[in-house]
Amino acid sequence: MDVNSAFAQSGQNPAPASEAGPVLAFRNVSIAFDGPPVLEEVSFSVAPGETRVLLGPAGVGKSVLLKLANGLLRPDQGSIRLFGEEIARLPEEQLFPLRTRAGMVFQEGALFDSLTVRDNVAYQLIQERVPDAEIDRRVRDALSFVELEETFDLYPASLSGGMRRRVAIARAFIRQPELLLYDSPTGGLDPITSTTIIELIVKERDVYHTPSLLVTHRLQDAFLLCNHRFDPALGRMVPLPKGQTDPGTTFLMLEEGRLIFDGSLHELVRSENPYVREFLE
Amino acid sequence: MRYPVEEHGATRHSLGPAYAMAIQTIEKTAKNLVLTVQDYSFFAWRAVTNLFRPPIYWPEFLVQSDIIGFGSLPIVVLSGLSTGGVLALQSSATLAQFGATAITGQFVSLTMIRELGPVLTGVMVSGRNASSMASELGSMVVTEQIDAMRALGVDPVRKLVTPRIFSTIVMLFFLTIVADACGIAGGGLVTVLMNHQNGTQYLNMAWEHLRLPDIVQGLVKPLFFGYILSSVGCFYGMRTTGGTQGVGRSTIQAVVTASVLIIFVDFLITQLLLTLFSGWM
Repeated sequence: MDVNSAFAQSGQNPAPASEAGPVLAFRNVSIAFDGPPVLEEVSFSVAPGETRVLLGPAGVGKSVLLKLANGLLRPDQGSIRLFGEEIARLPEEQLFPLRTRAGMVFQEGALFDSLTVRDNVAYQLIQERVPDAEIDRRVRDALSFVELEETFDLYPASLSGGMRRRVAIARAFIRQPELLLYDSPTGGLDPITSTTIIELIVKERDVYHTPSLLVTHRLQDAFLLCNHRFDPALGRMVPLPKGQTDPGTTFLMLEEGRLIFDGSLHELVRSENPYVREFLE
Repeated sequence: MRYPVEEHGATRHSLGPAYAMAIQTIEKTAKNLVLTVQDYSFFAWRAVTNLFRPPIYWPEFLVQSDIIGFGSLPIVVLSGLSTGGVLALQSSATLAQFGATAITGQFVSLTMIRELGPVLTGVMVSGRNASSMASELGSMVVTEQIDAMRALGVDPVRKLVTPRIFSTIVMLFFLTIVADACGIAGGGLVTVLMNHQNGTQYLNMAWEHLRLPDIVQGLVKPLFFGYILSSVGCFYGMRTTGGTQGVGRSTIQAVVTASVLIIFVDFLITQLLLTLFSGWM
């Protein structure tokens, strides 16, 4: 889809949070793996059109939380509602159709080695037996969104780390998901490539308004997301006027499995919590 | 209860913790074993029942049949020829002592068809394919490709495991027939070219003394062996943990477990079939 036309239509897309209810809601979720709890009594929600940035240093359970969000892991206790359905106890078979409605970008991309970029991006469409011509068109659109049209016939092994993440982003949103989950999309990348990835996420947020949950330990990425918007006329990310932030982008912070912050950037930078202060400084 | 070492000067106090630790270790190992068997049973059952519920990935069956069946053909042909040849060499030397070299053909054909054909093929294919299944699936697990597949709404057991199991069962059946034929041919070559015996007599003896129970025994076994080697290979692959080292560990466990199980189950099936066909023999 053309970015400008998508941008023009996008105003109608998001339903107000109060009407539609949260896309994803955690209530008192806990999980442990043969030891102390990885997550303890975690509660938060993602409203339609909202982008939530989950902050925290490595090893506090951010990726585990993301995998709980689409049922890749099961909590020991608590409730997780995805698109209004309780998934904490749902059998694996019944989770598959729900998962097709949520796109996920894994930490290292998790592209299928044995498939070309085209087949990776089109993976869901191929399973749904969409005609080849339609698949090719949609894959080219998705690759054009992440500016990687030339990689159509390549294998993941011949792509750089940053290119793999961009292909993974294209794979995650080719079916226009109702929720996007990003697991440290800039982890291990150089600053320039990280900015390119964040720009794509901002573009996705401002063009399609897909609600998303983004996990990162990089504060600069979080601030970049909050302080910038995508300009369809220029075709790139531009800073918001000084003092303004994106109202739909809010923050969560984990400390050793416990959620210690849930709020806006404004509240984050003014937080008195010593752990938050230490993280910010 | 008196501890035996107490008599040699050790106190109950010093032996107690060691004894408790030993009991704990045994208990933990036993629990892990039971859990592994339970997990394997669920996994194998799911893989089998998937064949009777859509979606069924037929193209995957063809791809795997080619890899497992055609790919294993050279090693099966070579090992069959060599084993048949060795059987003819060894048996004719022994039979010569009783002036019974004429029954070399019968000896080779019965041994190959009833026992060595299925077991040897099972072990050879296990070495080649159980290891490749464990390492391939294991690599996919540690690089999050399996999670990515689940996140894209595709059941990895249905997509990756079920086709491998059923392709192996079908292909091992035919590979065993090839191994039997090659074994008899190898024995024939040695009998004619090295032992300078009559080839027609060898073939007549090989054919005439074959009975239905011998053939049934030889063709039932590969069905079980194919199931064992593929399900064990996939099981260890899918439960890989611990990065690339874990992939190596899973591969070793898969090959060792599959080979030992094949030999053990061979004993059970032979005993069962001998009992069933006792009237025919």
